[in-house]
Amino acid sequence: MQKNRAVLQGTHFLSGDLACAEGALAAGCEFFGGYPITPATEIAERMAKRLPEIGGVYLQMEDEIASIAAVIGASFAGKKAMTATSGPGFSLMQENIGLAVMTEAPLVIVNIMRGGPSTGQPTMPSQQDVMQARWGSHGDYEIIALAPSSVQEMFDLTIESFNLAETYRVPVMLLADATIGHMWERVKIPPQEEIPLSWRKKPEVAPAKYKPFKPDENLVPPMACFGEGYRFHATGLTHNEEGAPATVSSEAQDRLVRRLCNKIRRNTKEIMKIEEIMLDDAEIVVLAYGITSRAALSAVRMVRKEGIKAGLLRLVTIWPFPTELVTQIAKKSRAIVVPEMNCGQLVREVERAAKTTPVLLLSKLGEEPHRPSEISSALRKAIK
Amino acid sequence: MKKSNILQNHPFAKYLRQDRMPHIWCAGCGNGILINSFINALDELSIDLDKVVVVSGIGCIGRAAGYINVDSFHTTHGRAIAFATGVKLANPELKVVVISGDGDLFAIGGNHFIHAARRNVDIKVICANNFTYGMTGGQYSPTTPLESWTTTTPYGSIEHPFNLVHLAAASGAIYVARWTTLQVRRLKNSIKKSLQKEGFSFIEVISPCPTIYDRYNKLGTATDVMRLFKQISQVQHGYDPSKAVITKNQIMVGEFMDIEKPSYGRLLREMTIRVQEKLKGEESK
Repeated sequence: MQKNRAVLQGTHFLSGDLACAEGALAAGCEFFGGYPITPATEIAERMAKRLPEIGGVYLQMEDEIASIAAVIGASFAGKKAMTATSGPGFSLMQENIGLAVMTEAPLVIVNIMRGGPSTGQPTMPSQQDVMQARWGSHGDYEIIALAPSSVQEMFDLTIESFNLAETYRVPVMLLADATIGHMWERVKIPPQEEIPLSWRKKPEVAPAKYKPFKPDENLVPPMACFGEGYRFHATGLTHNEEGAPATVSSEAQDRLVRRLCNKIRRNTKEIMKIEEIMLDDAEIVVLAYGITSRAALSAVRMVRKEGIKAGLLRLVTIWPFPTELVTQIAKKSRAIVVPEMNCGQLVREVERAAKTTPVLLLSKLGEEPHRPSEISSALRKAIK
Repeated sequence: MKKSNILQNHPFAKYLRQDRMPHIWCAGCGNGILINSFINALDELSIDLDKVVVVSGIGCIGRAAGYINVDSFHTTHGRAIAFATGVKLANPELKVVVISGDGDLFAIGGNHFIHAARRNVDIKVICANNFTYGMTGGQYSPTTPLESWTTTTPYGSIEHPFNLVHLAAASGAIYVARWTTLQVRRLKNSIKKSLQKEGFSFIEVISPCPTIYDRYNKLGTATDVMRLFKQISQVQHGYDPSKAVITKNQIMVGEFMDIEKPSYGRLLREMTIRVQEKLKGEESK
């Protein structure tokens, strides 16, 4: 019997970057288009080795603009496709992220965040691209972004990213950081049949009746791919349901752009993944995501021992932001502490949702993620 | 006969998305001739239209993808070739054709052009070269001749233009040709040939822009420009592309390059087979 080479089964000691590559392969990814960049390069290297083994395509493009363009092309040619990068490359990708949003291309973009702006600190971690992930391309749109906090999650959430991309026909971002990308931990890979996979919905009508941008009830249009006989057209211009440019119609603009936003907004509950830890009686809450949430959990446990009723709200999905949930939690809390490895990005969303509850930013830049002690002292101060 | 009937009864009706007509191009523009030659080439080769993908970038000719009735994609400015590379490698069954302009392919997209040619990706690039950015109203492009007048060279252009066929040949294209919109039969034959070859092909189509570029440069009407093409075109196959610089008095046209070289897709397939066979061997041990 031929071994299934796509799913590396069993328990392995992997870095975050390698786990991400293995997660992608387990998710059915057959196309990687990328450009070397620290600290995401190991994803490309692993894919270059592994993709030929399963008959997939590793393509090293001339820059990140080309990488994402090729990935969109591969997606429309019917493949699950991805790219992986870091800040400078992520910046270069922004225009075509808009193209992927506009033409509803399912694909995954991994950003192993490093210190910025500009070339910044290539080997150091950060969470400085959180708002760029949300708003980086021009125009109005909604995006899905996930924040892994362990090497195991680099594997699991890469699969989840592909599933969300295929379900909603959107580019999905996996926002990790240099610490997680380069950290080594144990990863348990389940048997292939236990990994749930999603695939884009295919059209059920004859080619002559197919409208490439006519949505189903969940606001997502079924997707034909090139070569399947549907002969459709897709464009970055504002378009109608037939895919024809509608560049001067206010109605077409309103309808299309609102649908692109609403297909995420109205499905937020299905998309959203969060972890609520010791929140039931919590008077003070840490809201954290990514690597920072690990120190946050230690800090919460630490102060609990001292009798402080603290809890942790860990966001696995950071976009769409769970505004309603944060509002509810804020109502019951005396304060929310937000540790971030930036000068304060997601904290703005928290403030917006928390309304009158005080929100305290614990900002950190540079090599080290937050220490548990830094978060626990913030909790002690906040409760006074 | 009603306009809609004329369209429906036209022998090439099936090649065009009729609901997208009328097109946006000006009277006398060369884009229609380019599309006509492309459709003729498809027709004569009886290519399965379900397996053809046309990709374009931004600009007047960028709208071509939307008019031709095959799977098609209108990318961001300059990125048609990078997108097409992804399409071709993800599904090697498809014939992937990029139809775009001189500004799109050689200014903002120049890097993708040279790298796709270097890799010898099996895509066909057809460039409508009208020496200007028509869609934005006639600014100078990477092919605008020295001393030409455009809206952003009000004192005459001081930039040296690209010689596209030389660039393509030097970058690694296996097939390179140039025609003006006057030599429609030869243009069609070149497109046919490129569609039958495996590898990166480049065809430059010198195209009139009577509304903007030709008017600023006092080249006369669309007919006058066709007459000019007739006067100054010189057909010569196998001519040294480095010497085929376009001047006021001469446009060298013909096939400049027609060689064979393993395509990227072929090398990729061969490598994949080697890797998989080695693995099989290791697994059976």
